[in-house]
Amino acid sequence: MAEIMYWEAIRRAHDEEMARDPLVIAMGEDIGVAGGTYKATKGLYDKYGPERVIDTPISENSFTGLGIGASFLGVRPIIELMSVNFAWLAMDQIFNSAAKVRYMSGGQLTAPVVIRSPGGTAHQLGAQHSARMEKVFMGIAGLRVVTPSSPKQAYGLLKSAVRCNDPVFINEHELMYNMKGEVPDGEYFHPLEGSEVTRQGRDVTLFGYNISVHWSMQAAEILSKQHGIEAEVVDLYSLSPLDRAGICESVSKTHRAVIVEEAEAPVGVGAEVMAIINEECFFELDAAPVRVSAKMVPTPFNHTLEKASIPNAKDVVAAVLKMISGK
Amino acid sequence: MNAADKKRVLREMLFARRFEERCYEAYVERKIGGFLHLYPGQEACAIGVMEAARPGHDYVITGYRDHIHAIKCGCDPKAVMAELYARETGCSKGRGGSMHIFDVEHHFMGGYALVGGPFPLAAGMAKAIKMKGGDEIAICFLGDAANNQGTFHETLNMASVWNLPVLFICENNLYGIGTATHRSTAVTEQYKRACSYGIESSQTDGQDIDQVYAAAKVAVDFVRSGQGPYFLELCTYRYRGHSMSDSGAYRTKEEVEEWGKRDPIVILRDRLVESGELTLDDYQAMDKEIFAEIENDIIPYAENSPEPKVEELEKYVLAENDPYVKGGVR
Repeated sequence: MAEIMYWEAIRRAHDEEMARDPLVIAMGEDIGVAGGTYKATKGLYDKYGPERVIDTPISENSFTGLGIGASFLGVRPIIELMSVNFAWLAMDQIFNSAAKVRYMSGGQLTAPVVIRSPGGTAHQLGAQHSARMEKVFMGIAGLRVVTPSSPKQAYGLLKSAVRCNDPVFINEHELMYNMKGEVPDGEYFHPLEGSEVTRQGRDVTLFGYNISVHWSMQAAEILSKQHGIEAEVVDLYSLSPLDRAGICESVSKTHRAVIVEEAEAPVGVGAEVMAIINEECFFELDAAPVRVSAKMVPTPFNHTLEKASIPNAKDVVAAVLKMISGK
Repeated sequence: MNAADKKRVLREMLFARRFEERCYEAYVERKIGGFLHLYPGQEACAIGVMEAARPGHDYVITGYRDHIHAIKCGCDPKAVMAELYARETGCSKGRGGSMHIFDVEHHFMGGYALVGGPFPLAAGMAKAIKMKGGDEIAICFLGDAANNQGTFHETLNMASVWNLPVLFICENNLYGIGTATHRSTAVTEQYKRACSYGIESSQTDGQDIDQVYAAAKVAVDFVRSGQGPYFLELCTYRYRGHSMSDSGAYRTKEEVEEWGKRDPIVILRDRLVESGELTLDDYQAMDKEIFAEIENDIIPYAENSPEPKVEELEKYVLAENDPYVKGGVR
């Protein structure tokens, strides 16, 4: 098993799928000649040519729609939206065309597109390049939403997403492309549904996804070493559908839940996980679940304010200590 | 089109008229719910263009005024009516409705209800055709008002840059819902707007099917021969409201009457009568036959078909048993 970077894992999945199937294409802004803002398609233009590695104009809604239309006839587009903030412009095609076409055609037509896009607060990118949007995508019937927290997931989720017959939105993160991790040497298909226990624990469950899995893991180490609290960390790599059974299983074991999300709390992953806990396993709880979320502000430019607007591992530790001590 | 073809398309246009009028009645009787956008007045557009193309072979997509486009592509009118009645036997299994008629088997790739939404989908189908090396073309039928959406500009630009085999048909009926084109649009002659993207374009009379056919033949041949996209504007008029909830307050009775004199069915009928290829008796007989088909065949089929089962409410949201959902298959 080789250790590679997150962007290399995405690139490898592209390369393998494009080599296998001539109808797999990649499209997006600057992904071809320029090699991709995050290098996720580096070298593929030279290998597969301009018909399959397509530098699009800056027309997010229509190039996304074009990929969706191509998928109606069996093409498998992997569409990169350079920033999830730009995905707002493509919402009409993602929601109204890709997500609904199977249903409104009575099952005749499907849109097996993959849409990849990074969100999240990075290095002072300002309010219009730092938003998180997973909460918007996960509320849409007919669309799968996954979010990789590691190179292995980034590789395996993309591999499965390309071959799945549903439209899949892959929520990546600006800060994670250079993260290193082990990826299987052979082909690997990660499930598009479910969740993964990344750390076993008995006292509290920390639910994270994408970057907040890492904050949760850091918090769990601090809690263990400094406070003797053993936190379980659950990686919700599938945001739609959420893993109701997996959430319930962990809460039934630890009896406490903290949901860690980089996005603002309202109508978010935390709200949804809390609702699932209420519906599925409320009487397993020893304490009321809490969310560790971003502040309800457009992301500020000033670095100190920017960092203060989103949670970190210390905030998670504080939330757990408060929950357990009851103070 | 030879004389036999012309008689056939006259019948198709008359059928389209009667079919839509019958939809109107069923709607008033509350047998059809939701929104209903009818086609009378514009029949020569869909039928004339598709006569010059290859129905069932070329991929067609359109907006919500879609019944006749689907039927011309080969969709069974019974399945269209059953869809309007929201039945399981409808072409979209009662899940789509009037605005979302689909018949993928006949390459009718759907009616879509966001104005301008089909532009990029059509270009995408053209991209797929080009990649697969087929001789089909993608045909996108939309109204003039769709050209004020960003998707018009974005898609025409990409279709031109990538030389895609897509034909854009603009059925210019002079109104975007209830707002006259000249009140909403700086350049009202729509074909001129395609020039910004280096796309070949032309304009023709959408009420005269002979002219529609001739212009569409040029356009279809251009696109099919690999020369790139083409934009054809057809000047037409809808006799009924935008939808069934239209007040009609935005246009004058005189204007509607004036366009009524340019009825595409009457134009072709009179031409055929004048040239001795049809008698008025033939025409009456044709109309009776259509009436019988609608009343004895199409309406009973829709009325007697079952509704979708509530137990199957969530069917068709996602693929069933897709192996990659569980982590795949080697």
